[in-house]
Amino acid sequence: MTIREIKDLIGAEVLCCEQNLERDAYSACGCDLMSDVLAYVKDQAVLLTGLVNPQVVRTAEMMDMICIVFVRSKTPTKEMLDLAKESGIVVMKCNKRLYEACGLLYSNGLVGNKVKD
Amino acid sequence: MSEPLVFHFDINGDDFSTAGQASVQIKNNLRQLGLSPEIIRRVSIAMYEGEINMVIHANGGTADVKVYEDCVEIILADNGPGIKDIDMAMKEGYSTASDSTRSLGFGAGMGLPNMKRYTDDMKIDSTVGVGTTVTMKINIA
Repeated sequence: MTIREIKDLIGAEVLCCEQNLERDAYSACGCDLMSDVLAYVKDQAVLLTGLVNPQVVRTAEMMDMICIVFVRSKTPTKEMLDLAKESGIVVMKCNKRLYEACGLLYSNGLVGNKVKD
Repeated sequence: MSEPLVFHFDINGDDFSTAGQASVQIKNNLRQLGLSPEIIRRVSIAMYEGEINMVIHANGGTADVKVYEDCVEIILADNGPGIKDIDMAMKEGYSTASDSTRSLGFGAGMGLPNMKRYTDDMKIDSTVGVGTTVTMKINIA
């Protein structure tokens, strides 16, 4: 599923790195606990979260994630967007709740992630 | 064995928002050295969790990353409060972090277990009231 398809499915607004919307996402993770995000290996993954601080972007960066979606209309700071731009991570926000946004993506074929043993 | 390439970082313990800068830097350095994306990801995640730990528990510290021909060694040292019970600290879900740390998305008791998960060897030397040194190794070959 491309990031553009994700954007359309959950009605998200793109906040940065629009040039990367055609990139393919293979998995996703909905979580407010960054250490839980870091516990699972994902490939070209999308992070959906309601947490807003620079460590969200750093976590995504460490995991080589390609897109962050802030749910419940949470808006990241300029500093966070600047960090995301450095790594080409697409940042979007949507007004859906985490559960609903994840459910829409999952039911349209974007699966979860593999657990690393 | 030839001399390792060493990268040294001082981890600022005052500002949670800048935590992780050293990990980002090491990620770039290892990329320039041409290591595989999988190794780079493992090193940077392990170091990032360690960096966060040093900021939330120990008011900062130092990080040294040594790149050998066959492995990458990460040594994280702080002069923080030390770990009272290392076995407990290694259990997933156990944490002594404050509620304010949890509200930032960390302190879920996954930091040390994640560091172990992504490394081939991890050793913790800690003395209560003196500090903690965590040494991690990731094999390249």
